[in-house]
Amino acid sequence: MALTTAPGAAVGGPPTDLPEPLNARPVPRPGRWLSAAVMLVLAAMVVHALVTNPNFRWDTVWLYLRDVNVVRGVGWTLVLTFGSMAIAVVLAVLLAIMRRSDNPVMRSVSWAYIWFFRGTPIYTQLVFWGLISVLYPRLSLGVPFGPEFFVFDTRDVITAFWAALVGLALNEAAYLAEIVRAGLGSVDPGQAQAARALGMTEPRILRRIVLPQAMRVIVPPTGNETISMLKTTSLVVAVPFTLEITYATSAIGTRTFQPIPLLIVAALWYLLITSVLMVGQYYVERYYGRGFDGGATGGRRGGPGGRLSRQAAIRGAGTTKDDPFAEVTP
Amino acid sequence: MTTTTTPMVEARDVHKVFGHGEGALHVLRGVDLVVPKGSVTVVLGPSGSGKSTLLRCLNELEQITAGSVHVDGELLGYRHDAKGLLHRLHPRKIAAQRSRIGMVFQRFHLFGHMTALENVAEAPVQVRGLSKAAARARAAELLERVGLSDRVDHYPAQLSGGQQQRVAIARALAMDPELMLFDEPTSALDPELVGEVLAVMQDLARSGMTMVVVTHEIGFAREVADHVVFMDDGVVVEQGPPAQVLDAPSEPRLREFLAHVL
Ligand SMILES: Nc1ncnc2c1ncn2[C@@H]1O[C@H](COP(=O)(O)OP(=O)(O)OP(=O)(O)O)[C@@H](O)[C@H]1O
Ligand SMILES: [Mg+2]
Repeated sequence: MALTTAPGAAVGGPPTDLPEPLNARPVPRPGRWLSAAVMLVLAAMVVHALVTNPNFRWDTVWLYLRDVNVVRGVGWTLVLTFGSMAIAVVLAVLLAIMRRSDNPVMRSVSWAYIWFFRGTPIYTQLVFWGLISVLYPRLSLGVPFGPEFFVFDTRDVITAFWAALVGLALNEAAYLAEIVRAGLGSVDPGQAQAARALGMTEPRILRRIVLPQAMRVIVPPTGNETISMLKTTSLVVAVPFTLEITYATSAIGTRTFQPIPLLIVAALWYLLITSVLMVGQYYVERYYGRGFDGGATGGRRGGPGGRLSRQAAIRGAGTTKDDPFAEVTP
Repeated sequence: MTTTTTPMVEARDVHKVFGHGEGALHVLRGVDLVVPKGSVTVVLGPSGSGKSTLLRCLNELEQITAGSVHVDGELLGYRHDAKGLLHRLHPRKIAAQRSRIGMVFQRFHLFGHMTALENVAEAPVQVRGLSKAAARARAAELLERVGLSDRVDHYPAQLSGGQQQRVAIARALAMDPELMLFDEPTSALDPELVGEVLAVMQDLARSGMTMVVVTHEIGFAREVADHVVFMDDGVVVEQGPPAQVLDAPSEPRLREFLAHVL
């Protein structure tokens, strides 16, 4: 191939003789200092009011923060959150694909599902799932409308935990389905067309080409949904499932006549988990943003690109909104 | 040009209608096109004349309404049973037919979440079942062939338009196609980048690839094409060797078109 070097070649070279950056005095901005000072004073007042008020019983808070029942409650809350989100994500992708299908039955079923589960309160749904063994005492496997092969007692199959988990997941799937649908819709149809022209089949195109690019749009709102789900798990008392953190702490609070400190215990745990989730979301977003927001590729591939190293430099300067807490809206 | 018995492409009386009833749009109105193996055909025509649609019918991206398209003697998209009845092929069969026909788009359509190398290696792994290592080695070779060995780990967003289009050509070549379709491959490029893409295409033509190219680059048609087809309003108005079609057009519509383009 007798090709001359492309015009843009110099861009990729190593940053050898970088120029001295301009060294100018910044514009004086007294307003910034003033507003910062006001904010700091206000923040100090809030902290002071929280810490010095004896009604909060910080010693009790500290004591129960590590209580065995509380920590176990945290564990159940996490199981419910991640378990229901995992089921919901799978269901949501199915619903979103059905929604795009050219089979009108698939489209209508998906539409009706979303309509119902978004249109009724989660609390009502959880109560319903709790009552399922009253409404349907027997479950059976067999031919639809025909003979039954296996018969179960509903109470043995759907315990309070499974009712809570499934109840949360089915509701969440309806919301996530809309998010996934928007994500799939955001990918340029040309992508699927190019894959089709290469001889790829539709399921493979979805899995390899469209979904990975849709993830860029899907992940941020799904992170939001996860953080929201963390707190929605407190509603499973409607089932009733009573081991998660909110119920566990309020039970202790009632027993010890100290409801306020125990509410704070639960709140602190929720805050801690949310913070961890936000950091996790940052990394997931960075992974799926590869190839789109230039700098995100730096760590993993670190090619010869001058653009990448320049981006790294910009990041190093710490002036961009590149921190885990910048763009998440819990 | 080699003369063999079966042409690479044989399109007979191809019609394409978009939509139904009142709003139906008859875009192709009986197009005949024969492309011998190893030849380069350039398709010219004003905007909306159906050039892209014709090209997309040649690899089943668009289902034809009437007529037939054979590629290397094989009917595209359908089969005849013993009684002569026509059956639509299973989507997997159609995908297999497409995998032997490369296509390059005006807007590149590189997979945005993959590096240049991954773009080229994707289909051989997914469609042909090649091992990852073999596909990557082959992809590196192809990227070198289009002059991009120093850009293998770049994402499409980090490449210029001309570089992206060359990756797209390498991606199509990775499937070892017997036919390459180009739909205005240089129309979305800045003028100074057109040359690098045309150079790759010229090189490909010289290597004996059968190509159908929709383009407004008359210079390329004159130099590289064996056959030039002029379309207007869904029909082939005039066709022949470039010297005849481009320099001594007989149709007034073609003469008018050339006056605008040149
Ligand atoms: N999917 C579609 N649905 C409906 N009409 C379509 C579709 N694709 C193309 N058309 C119509 O078919 C006609 C021919 O389009 P086509 O893209 O083949 O033209 P073209 O010759 O490639 O033009 P250009 O030079 O602008 O690319 C146009 O009128 C266009 O609006
Ligand atoms: Mg076109």
